[in-house]
Amino acid sequence: MTSELDIFVGNTTLIDEDVYRLWLDGYSVNDAVALRVRSGILEQTGATAAVLQSDTMDHYRTFHMLERLLHAPPKLLHQLIFQIPPSRQALLIERYYAFDEAFVREVLGKKLSKGTKKDLDDISTKTGITLKSCRRQFDNFKRVFKVVEEMRGSLVDNIQQHFLLSDRLARDYAAIVFFANNRFETGKKKLQYLSFGDFAFCAELMIQNWTLGAVDSQVDDMDMDLDKEFLQDLKELKVLVADKDLLDLHKSLVCTALRGKLGVFSEMEANFKNLSRGLVNVAAKLTHNKDVRDLFVDLVEKFVEPCRSDHWPLKDVQLFLNQYSASVHSLDGFRHQALWDRYVGTLHGCLLRLYHD
Amino acid sequence: MPGKLKVKIVAGRHLPVMDRASDLTDAFVEVKFGNTTFKTDVYLKSLNPQWNSEWFKFEVDDEDLQDEPLQITVLDHDTYSANDAIGKVYIDIDPLLYSEAATVISGWFPIYDTIHGIRGEINVVVKVDLFNDLNRFRQSSCGVKFFCTTSIPKCYRAVIIHGFVEELVVNEDPEYQWIDRIRTPRASNEARQRLISLMSGELQRKIGLKVLEMRGNAVVGYLQCFDLEGESGLVVRAIGTVCTLDKLSSPAAHLPACNSPSKEIKEIPFNEDPNPNTHSSGPSTPLKNQTYSFSPSKSYSRQSSSSDTDLSLTPKTGMGSGSAGKEGGPFKALLRQQTQSALEQRGGSPHRFCRRREFPFFTLTAFPPGFLVHVGGVVSARSVKLLDRIHNPDEPETRDAWWAEIRQEIKSHAKALGCHAVVGYSESTSICEEVCILSASGTAAVLNPRFLQDGTVEGCLEQRLEENLPAGCGFCHIPYDELNMPFPAHLTYCYNCRKQKVPDVLFTTIDLPVDAIVIGKGCLIQARLCRLKKKAQAEANATAISNLLPFMEYEVHTQLMNKLKLKGMNALFGLRIQITVGENMLMGLASATGVYLAALPTPGGIQIAGKTPNDGSYEQHISHMQKKINDTIAKNKELYEINPPEISEEIIGSPIPEPRQRSRLLRSQSESSDEVTELDLSHGKKDAFVLEIDDTDAMEDVHSLLTDVPPPSGFYSCNTEIMPGINNWTSEIQMFTSVRVIRLSSLNLTNQALNKNFNDLCENLLKSLYFKLRSMIPCCLCHVNFTVSLPEDELIQVTVTAVAITFDKNQALQTTKTHAEKSLQRASTDNEELLQFPLELCSDSLPSHPFPPSKEHLESASANSGIPAAQRATSVDYSSFADRCSSWIELIKLKAQTIRRGSIKTTVTVEKASPVGEGTFRNRSAPPCTNSTVGVVKMTPLSFIPGAKITKYLGIINMFFIRETTSLREEGGVSGFLHAFIAEVFAMVRAHVAALGGNAVVSYIMKQCVFMENPNKNQAQCLINVSGDAVIFVRESELEVVSTQQSAPSCQSSCTGGEVTT
Repeated sequence: MTSELDIFVGNTTLIDEDVYRLWLDGYSVNDAVALRVRSGILEQTGATAAVLQSDTMDHYRTFHMLERLLHAPPKLLHQLIFQIPPSRQALLIERYYAFDEAFVREVLGKKLSKGTKKDLDDISTKTGITLKSCRRQFDNFKRVFKVVEEMRGSLVDNIQQHFLLSDRLARDYAAIVFFANNRFETGKKKLQYLSFGDFAFCAELMIQNWTLGAVDSQVDDMDMDLDKEFLQDLKELKVLVADKDLLDLHKSLVCTALRGKLGVFSEMEANFKNLSRGLVNVAAKLTHNKDVRDLFVDLVEKFVEPCRSDHWPLKDVQLFLNQYSASVHSLDGFRHQALWDRYVGTLHGCLLRLYHD
Repeated sequence: MPGKLKVKIVAGRHLPVMDRASDLTDAFVEVKFGNTTFKTDVYLKSLNPQWNSEWFKFEVDDEDLQDEPLQITVLDHDTYSANDAIGKVYIDIDPLLYSEAATVISGWFPIYDTIHGIRGEINVVVKVDLFNDLNRFRQSSCGVKFFCTTSIPKCYRAVIIHGFVEELVVNEDPEYQWIDRIRTPRASNEARQRLISLMSGELQRKIGLKVLEMRGNAVVGYLQCFDLEGESGLVVRAIGTVCTLDKLSSPAAHLPACNSPSKEIKEIPFNEDPNPNTHSSGPSTPLKNQTYSFSPSKSYSRQSSSSDTDLSLTPKTGMGSGSAGKEGGPFKALLRQQTQSALEQRGGSPHRFCRRREFPFFTLTAFPPGFLVHVGGVVSARSVKLLDRIHNPDEPETRDAWWAEIRQEIKSHAKALGCHAVVGYSESTSICEEVCILSASGTAAVLNPRFLQDGTVEGCLEQRLEENLPAGCGFCHIPYDELNMPFPAHLTYCYNCRKQKVPDVLFTTIDLPVDAIVIGKGCLIQARLCRLKKKAQAEANATAISNLLPFMEYEVHTQLMNKLKLKGMNALFGLRIQITVGENMLMGLASATGVYLAALPTPGGIQIAGKTPNDGSYEQHISHMQKKINDTIAKNKELYEINPPEISEEIIGSPIPEPRQRSRLLRSQSESSDEVTELDLSHGKKDAFVLEIDDTDAMEDVHSLLTDVPPPSGFYSCNTEIMPGINNWTSEIQMFTSVRVIRLSSLNLTNQALNKNFNDLCENLLKSLYFKLRSMIPCCLCHVNFTVSLPEDELIQVTVTAVAITFDKNQALQTTKTHAEKSLQRASTDNEELLQFPLELCSDSLPSHPFPPSKEHLESASANSGIPAAQRATSVDYSSFADRCSSWIELIKLKAQTIRRGSIKTTVTVEKASPVGEGTFRNRSAPPCTNSTVGVVKMTPLSFIPGAKITKYLGIINMFFIRETTSLREEGGVSGFLHAFIAEVFAMVRAHVAALGGNAVVSYIMKQCVFMENPNKNQAQCLINVSGDAVIFVRESELEVVSTQQSAPSCQSSCTGGEVTT
């Protein structure tokens, strides 16, 4: 006796959260059944393995049918085939678009192309996330990217509108899209200590301040591309380190203000010129795409690492950065105050976030 | 020109991409009604076209309005080649034809293609302007309301229940026409869908005409079925119950009656009962003479009279009947038979409505209080026919005659049970190649004629409440003469009122009457059976099947009885026995809901007897089994909370304790019993149902009895509308359909292996359901409806549709239940106290009965259960066999003159209306039909929605879909294919209901799910037919009334005010 056909269709579509998770995690039906058995569900419910198998198959089939709709979540809301309560719909979508930290760290900043997709095998092996799940997550990134690129309006809003994600998840996707679009390098060894959250935080700041959307809300791609003009202008900041008088003045202003307040004052004083040179040079280099990609590498190399090697406490970094950016306003010879603020305001936030072990 | 149909095509959405180049679609719409077609403009390059068309107007006869569906086709415009069809929507505009139902159909409909499934949606608005037509000879019957619900719909009141209506239409099946060889599968499917839609429209119209003829205005319990007879054609048939319904404008009007405190319902001398038929004074002998003009012996002799006729046709009386008709022959023979036996009997009935109506059948399963007087038991009839091509579709006499024959049989069975009517009546077919089994079954009953007559209109409703029928047990009292019992049964005095006789078990096809007094909870009981059959052709095949049928019926019955006893219960409701025929086997599946009726005696246990008493280890084994069985019974009693009040031996006695006579009685009956048989009432609580284990088969039987696993804790299941013993439903419901197909492993199967496979299939299916729905615990699976089919040689398909309803375990039944319980308890104790002298109802017969030879033992055992003992002995010749089968019906009716304690009445009252004051009703009388929650459409096979009130019926939903695929693997195999299709069917039903302005379908039923696959060709096809009533409901919590009780589903007290629970 073999089951040829075995289905269950409810007027309200049954969604089992546990099975959904297993499905999202890319387990095969058999693996999922084994995992469910291990969870002790048979003992709790008195069911048999056959029942569990049938149940799992059913859910998988349902999810498979829903998947097409999940690719365009508004369709899930308007479709008539599956009657699903709104709270469940939200759960389905949110979970479907949720991603693994380990996975996103691997692909963050990479081009969402076929080439990267081919590397998913390796990522799967490396992270222990099933290939299926990797594909789903990758495809989600790519899908969101495709839909919102070349769209007007706020990136987060667009994502929310087209994918009905929660605010948090939409922000994460905005970061992913932003990173993928600008191809920021995040995979270098020295960046490994950074979490996706760190990058997402920086992305949000950068979107708010450094993109076209920060100055003009009526352009396509406004939140995706960095403001080219702004990047060009950043060259002007070079004067801060190129002009020796200005550099000295800047240093003395900062040192005067921080004397006695900083635990690592002497280290700071000794390193000031290096640090400032590093930060300003990063800015000046942003005209080249290649250097834009290395932004985080540079920030870590030029600022985070030197400070860390001198054991600056975070509080001191904060004080320093406050003073460092504010003091520029007192440099009479410096004419690019607004530009400086736009640059250093974001940098300030990012560096604080990046500064940890 | 009596009607103008107006259609507007608004927009489309989610259309499929039809043009690969642009990834877009140039869609337009054709709107067709009858022979007229309109087109919208082409909306270029969009998947979400906005046509916003003008109103397309069709001026049509109302006859066409009833028959024709509105056909909307969405196409992709193609300049250079033929336009590609995207899909279609068929809209049945019938609901727009009654004044009270929907006024407009407007909404998003899934665009359906038989090959691709749902492809986007289209927004359509449909209206109808009807002109009054006073033409008396009109062919249309607009305005007659149809309800699938098998009780009087809420918010209506039955003024008169007229009776049975049936009709069938036949046609050639397009799938088998020559043209099918040259057209595409899509064209063929669409031709079929359209034809069936047309045929059901026509059928409904014709039924409507009959209704008008009978002066009714509605059909309740409308059941329409398709017989796909293959080469020989397509039959669409329907049955229903004609009623005159009144819309309840203000429910308060009726409430006083229902609410009147029970105490006031005083005992009224029985001679005031205006129904002379229901009260025969004294020990019921006069009743017989009054009620029917034939003696039971005559009904038994019917067999012989009919067998004079063409032998091969012998229409077997009794449920185990089968007649392998020869082509052409049946009709003639039938006529003869009718004249000979049935017709003459018909004249004799003193009941007015019986004379008026050919068949006093009612498709209802729940009735207004007071309607059902006594219940006699299940009557059923089957007949095996050979299909031949229907030559003239306009004259479908053959099929008509077949059914007439069956109905006649049912009618005479009912008479044999002393009943003048059949309730809970249904008909079904099972077809395999050219063999067709026609089945009909129902419950013989005695009804209160006042509901059935014209002119009693207003009076009866109030009157009936004052009537002195013993509420809660009256229906259990036997309707037949205990001295001339149509079949051997054990009678005792009613355990409730002590006045009337009741049988020891009661089987019925109806729902549990609301006022029935039940102890504990009920449960789903199923009997499952397979029988191998040799493959054969035509007549040989039909004969083989006919020969097998009685054995199957008998075994199914035995299984039911065993399982019932094992559950410690004594009555079955909602019994449905399905016999399915396949190429090489027959399957029997009986489902029913077992309950413990307080009025009936406590069932005896099951005793196991071995045949080789000297073998020590065997004995041990037997006693081990016995212990297991006893344990199971005890466990079940606990599980279902069956704690009947103890009745001491002394007060129970038997007036006629002569066990030996019983066996004599049996034998004499098996010949042709003209002699007045003496009844043996002797049996006591101790008597037991004996199972003899004489071979491995019997062993298997016992094992299979014990393998039925009770549902996990927190779950209950039943196949009736509501679960006896649970009435604090909460509002969460989940309707579902589950389908399983198994392939039997080998070709040389034995009956045993087959039985086991089938049993496992059903049990596993149930287990899966419990598992899937575990998040709803505590909950009850209601209206569990199993359907078995044998699509191919080694395939068994089981389809289950049911609804899971949550209930509140803790909120201990507040008002309703506690009242009921209290009064119940009171009733029973009162009764005991009341009996000033002990009534001897039972005595122990078995112990005193010498039964050393196992055969005799057996006889007495089966007699206890009402099965003619002879049936057990396979040596019995077939002719007498069939007859006695007819009465494997158990049950009985009452003689209503005796009055029971008022306290019982309280249960009725309480369950119906409970403490809601009149004031609250007034507040509520105009419920705002704000179905605010957009989109959600509930579906349920029940006639009610827990926690809600149905405010309007919008019309009947009756839809037929075909889905075919040539890429089965790509669609996820058979499971993926069918899963998607059923989901689509649900979606289309919901969309139609929503477009009518409704938010639920009640009495939903999937009448057919025919699935065929050809995996080698990567193809599959499925046909599904569903129906139900579209309604608007309002949550009770939304009604601005202080709700005093939690959703009391007084669904069955279908009458009027009772429903209006807040």
